[in-house]
Amino acid sequence: MFQISVQRVTAAENNNNNNNKNNMSHQAANGVPCRGKVLTVDNMNPRVKKVEYAVRGPVVQRAVQIEKELREGVKKPFTEVIKANIGDAHAMGQKPITFFRQVLAMCSYPELLKDNMFPEDAKQRARRILEACGGHSIGAYSASQGIECIRQDVARYIEKRDGGIASNPDNIYLSTGASDAIVTILKLLVRGEGCDRTGVMISIPQYPLYSAAITDLGAVQVHYYLDEANCWSLDVAELRRALNAARQHCNPRVLCIINPGNPTGQVQSRQCIEDVIRFVKEEHLFLMADEVYQDNVYAEGCKFQSFKKVLFEMGPEYSSTVEMASFHSTSKCYMGECGFRGGYMEVINMDPEVKAQLTKLVSVRLCPPVSGQALMDLVVNPPQPDEPSYTTFMKERTAVLAELAEKARLTEQILNTVPGITCNPVQGAMYSFPRITLPQKAIDKAKEAGHIPDMFYCMKLLEEEGICLVPGSGFGQREGTFHFRMTILPPTEKLKVLLQRLRDFHQRFTQEFS
Amino acid sequence: LFSNEEIMKMSVLQEINPNVRNMKPLEYSILAGRLSQIKEELRQGVKKPYQEVLDVYMGDPHKGGVKPLSFVRQVLAACLYPQLVNSSKLPADVRQRAQRLLGRCDGGSVGSYTATRGIPETLIRVSEFITRRDGGVPSNPENIFLSPGSQWSLSILHVLLNPESSPRNGVLSPVPCHNTTTMSVTGLGAVVVPYYLSEEQGWELQVEELHRAMESAKGVCNPIALYIVNPGNPDGHVQSRKSMQEVIRFVSERKLFLLADEVYQDYVFGENSEFVSYKRVLSEMGPPLSDTVELASFHSASKGWMGECGLRTGYMELVNLDPAVMKHIFTMFSTDTCAPVLGQIALDLMLNPPQPGEPSYPLYHMETQNIKNTLAGNGKRAVEVVNSLPGLCCQPLEGGAFAFPKVYLPPSFIQKAKEAGLEPDTFYCSRLLDEAGLLVGPGTEYGQKEGTYHIRFCILTSAEIMEEVLTRLTCFHKQFMKDFS
Repeated sequence: MFQISVQRVTAAENNNNNNNKNNMSHQAANGVPCRGKVLTVDNMNPRVKKVEYAVRGPVVQRAVQIEKELREGVKKPFTEVIKANIGDAHAMGQKPITFFRQVLAMCSYPELLKDNMFPEDAKQRARRILEACGGHSIGAYSASQGIECIRQDVARYIEKRDGGIASNPDNIYLSTGASDAIVTILKLLVRGEGCDRTGVMISIPQYPLYSAAITDLGAVQVHYYLDEANCWSLDVAELRRALNAARQHCNPRVLCIINPGNPTGQVQSRQCIEDVIRFVKEEHLFLMADEVYQDNVYAEGCKFQSFKKVLFEMGPEYSSTVEMASFHSTSKCYMGECGFRGGYMEVINMDPEVKAQLTKLVSVRLCPPVSGQALMDLVVNPPQPDEPSYTTFMKERTAVLAELAEKARLTEQILNTVPGITCNPVQGAMYSFPRITLPQKAIDKAKEAGHIPDMFYCMKLLEEEGICLVPGSGFGQREGTFHFRMTILPPTEKLKVLLQRLRDFHQRFTQEFS
Repeated sequence: LFSNEEIMKMSVLQEINPNVRNMKPLEYSILAGRLSQIKEELRQGVKKPYQEVLDVYMGDPHKGGVKPLSFVRQVLAACLYPQLVNSSKLPADVRQRAQRLLGRCDGGSVGSYTATRGIPETLIRVSEFITRRDGGVPSNPENIFLSPGSQWSLSILHVLLNPESSPRNGVLSPVPCHNTTTMSVTGLGAVVVPYYLSEEQGWELQVEELHRAMESAKGVCNPIALYIVNPGNPDGHVQSRKSMQEVIRFVSERKLFLLADEVYQDYVFGENSEFVSYKRVLSEMGPPLSDTVELASFHSASKGWMGECGLRTGYMELVNLDPAVMKHIFTMFSTDTCAPVLGQIALDLMLNPPQPGEPSYPLYHMETQNIKNTLAGNGKRAVEVVNSLPGLCCQPLEGGAFAFPKVYLPPSFIQKAKEAGLEPDTFYCSRLLDEAGLLVGPGTEYGQKEGTYHIRFCILTSAEIMEEVLTRLTCFHKQFMKDFS
């Protein structure tokens, strides 16, 4: 709104302006009839209105406000807000991997290649990346599928990770974070009207990018419940139930699975992965495997295995027919470089005609950020044992993952000492999704105020303790149950403070509403 | 119905989103395939009349030999590797900037997410830049969104275009026009309603043509937005204030949302041309227009003197939008978390460059002046050379990053193109690529009047590369005219 003009309008008209949500015309100050807005809540894309994204939703927005108030000197029962809402490791003090940043600094300012403050292996990688860039600059557009030699490196990494199973660089699409690739695939697949409308199967609970994208694209969300009593494991019988019910009103074509899970942290067993693969083959579904937390595995006895690896180990009957895409990102694992928006997807057994359409679709956004592509190149091509940076690199990587593992264990342990909170083991990823028991009085009070009970809980926790978590309703949960998602990312001491305050708060809350 | 066997063979994905299917495939993909082949052949030592391919298809200055700005790259390096902040290898002002910018990042790292619309202090810098640029017209940081490059087209179009509406929504779009926006419109299930720029009048926009376009939409779709590019891509026209006022009155009368793509605003070199933003013109027209016309303007870190296309960051300023709609736009934006942080930082630097008296100023000034002069020189040279060739005609270039000359293609050539299954100008471009190692864009990619053909090439390159481009074009075209006349 232009500040100059608003001053000329009377208070009543100003009120009218601000409340103008439909196409009614109103008079401006100088008597000339004003039209209503061209773009209103009534005529805008209705799907966008339904989109929600709890990770940056109302609790977080209030937290930002509170931080502002604290800065302005407003007195509160706490001196800082501990933000455990988003999977952003660096924001919580995790340090970047030195090697990666050295290479990227040289890519950015190649003059530094002449400097002896940087090791030779870092310089070599920087030179190689720059060589592959237009005009030898990370500021040039790349091919829309991503820089070719980087896609080759990604393919090699996948082969190595998966025990030698071949990966074709042409099937690799670099992307702006994994989110970009996930939304692109969904965009490609969603079609049909009425009962033929594409159904997308996604877990409850899930990372709300999926529900947001499904809503935005007007697809039908088909949810399958993870089994909280069994460490959030996936049961094929439940997949079948969900699918059959969905076939009554839509055309389910996609199954999305997040492994390791977000928000649940479970690491799927080999058996489970095989079961899912058999299921998608039988039911003729496209499989989307979100594997961005593949390095974040902490629990004893748990091991990450890629869907692709298992698929190929099941033999040609499956490996030549099941169509899937797997996703990875530079935002998580041990590097935590969210701000670079680096990622990739690998597509398997995609119909060549469909792949041509995919290639066309990604060309619209020109190309993913080149610095993110460069970073992904380093992630898949880290220092080797015979290279100068290896020791430091491994030390840093191991330290980050060890600390995360310890914090995962600590979180589970402390939360389980609180009566009314039960926490499944955090087997992987970066979050805990404990179940909270809320007294009936609290549930009633929340509903009276028009709030979802776990939102009410989280808001109160924020106001009283300065802790920012995300209500479980933002991720989905069984009817009548309540949860919250917290990250395990704050530094250990702060995490302990958080858990302690949470314990105190929960006990107080339970008493207050008993 | 399919038999079980057929179902087994049929891909799950055969039925894809029809809106995606309807997106016109890029002519570029045809040429890109051939480009890869030629590069491979050159690598293997196959003899050709050229040593390497010159690719001036995209508006990519770095690819075209323009050097990145030292100041920008030094600050980015220091932000990436903060140890550099304490080293004397970099000038003091670079180190200060990096320190300040890192202080605005969570955890002091460019690896953290930022706030949804962008780093708050950067949004303030952007709004201050806009106010300065527009002679004092206020700009509210709350209305500014930093986004990953051309993703902007997806966010605001996404809100504007209702895929369930009947009749379908339409977006008035210039012909010629760079294609990513029009592809996005189609991909969202809406209709592109073309309005033709007047080639003979230097690619001017004539408001009568906008009226005609609206008429043509009757019974086809319901236009709800007008997209305009100023300075134009690929045409290089810089709109006059008068023309802009006509457009504003038009969108107001016809209840259209105005989408003003102003990413080439720094590239103005025509003698009597001046860039003025749509926001400024709107504001100067006063109420009721200034209070009511809904406008989204766009700028990018890919352009300007910085030319950092690879960083993928730009901004959008929204004016006069319904606050309730703004809330939904914000939610939509938040699902993509944030724009790349390096790009946000680069944008901050671009709109807030070194000032006289600061250590980096002399070099910064020299580098930017150099690029500016080169661009103006290239523009002049391109028009000169192109217009000296028979069958090629380029309108005077006032701004932008491209030349878009008309090419006369003889009937015998058009016939050959048909036989090859290619659009005539794509066929011309593929022969130019094969024989001269020069990659330019065919007019088909951008739209043109029926029966006319054009090529587009980037003029934001080093002077040497521009000269080489023009030499190769000249050589090829002269031979072409001989072969096909």
